[in-house]
Amino acid sequence: MKTHPLRRGGLIALLACLFFAPLVALAVDDPSEMLPDPAQEQRAEAIGAQLRCLVCQNESIEDSSADLARDLRHVVREHVTKGESNQQIMDWMVNRYGNFIRLKPPFTIGTLLLWVMPLLALCIGIGIAWWTFRRPRAPTPPPLSDEERRRLSDLTETR
Amino acid sequence: MSEQPSSPTRRRLLMAAPLVVAGGVGVGFWRMLSGMTKGSFDPHDIHAPALNRPVPDFALPDQAPGTGFSAADLRGLKAPVLVNYFASWCIPCVAEMPVLNVLKDRLPIWGIAYKDKPEHALGFVQRAGNPYARIASDHDGLAAIDWGVSGVPETFLVGPGGIIRWHTASPITEAMITNTIMPLADSLKP
Repeated sequence: MKTHPLRRGGLIALLACLFFAPLVALAVDDPSEMLPDPAQEQRAEAIGAQLRCLVCQNESIEDSSADLARDLRHVVREHVTKGESNQQIMDWMVNRYGNFIRLKPPFTIGTLLLWVMPLLALCIGIGIAWWTFRRPRAPTPPPLSDEERRRLSDLTETR
Repeated sequence: MSEQPSSPTRRRLLMAAPLVVAGGVGVGFWRMLSGMTKGSFDPHDIHAPALNRPVPDFALPDQAPGTGFSAADLRGLKAPVLVNYFASWCIPCVAEMPVLNVLKDRLPIWGIAYKDKPEHALGFVQRAGNPYARIASDHDGLAAIDWGVSGVPETFLVGPGGIIRWHTASPITEAMITNTIMPLADSLKP
């Protein structure tokens, strides 16, 4: 069965929509939480998207509707209004909840393996590929001897 | 180039490698799972960095039937106290109350009602029995954030001078009291 080109296009569009939907959905539940200044609100959302909700643990505080996430969103907005830098707000959070609150872990000894893993995997892959292709697939057999040639012609002769 | 037949040792090594890796992964998972049942490993643990730090600055109002307290009250202490975040809407808090009501005679417990209506917190303490020497109300839950609290119940052992010496984000159990809290509290007593 052949896929109709239009149907395939539709499928790609659908997948694209599903893929980008979380980016659009990244917003607070209650509009009254939002800061009046759009630039400040955007900054607060960007910071919040980097902070883990400590209740749901796999969502950012911007995505989560847990009570604590709402409180933390409020705190982030307070600090943004005070004119603190992203780094200052991040440090404030890490000081209270540790690096666990950062969805993107910092580069430390403990997270070294995590960060270098893609590079390490690539190196191992290249190593295996090089090691495999370096060896000849099968060695070329030595030319046939006279005896073997005679047998071959005997065998291939029409009976 | 002549073909190098792979030696039996090498073949055996290649055969064993995946088994060794699978075995290693298996042992790792087994240790994690057994740690989870024994309570020594908690994948949800936040590892909040409160330990060995002074209590954060806060001042919280009274929660009936107790009196509120502030960071200064804790920093002025000469003997350890247990600070317990609770809420009337929290089921594990109900579960740990009998344990706290026994512990209160050996170690003073100060409670903080987290995001709770004062009348609900009062009702909770009256129903479950009051283990608290003092009770403060953290109505908007903002002091809790300074403590690094991620939910209730959460408990801190505060040593002399207001230094946090121990912390758990799980309900207090008798085993915790016997094995950890009381030995540590006794060592902190002047």
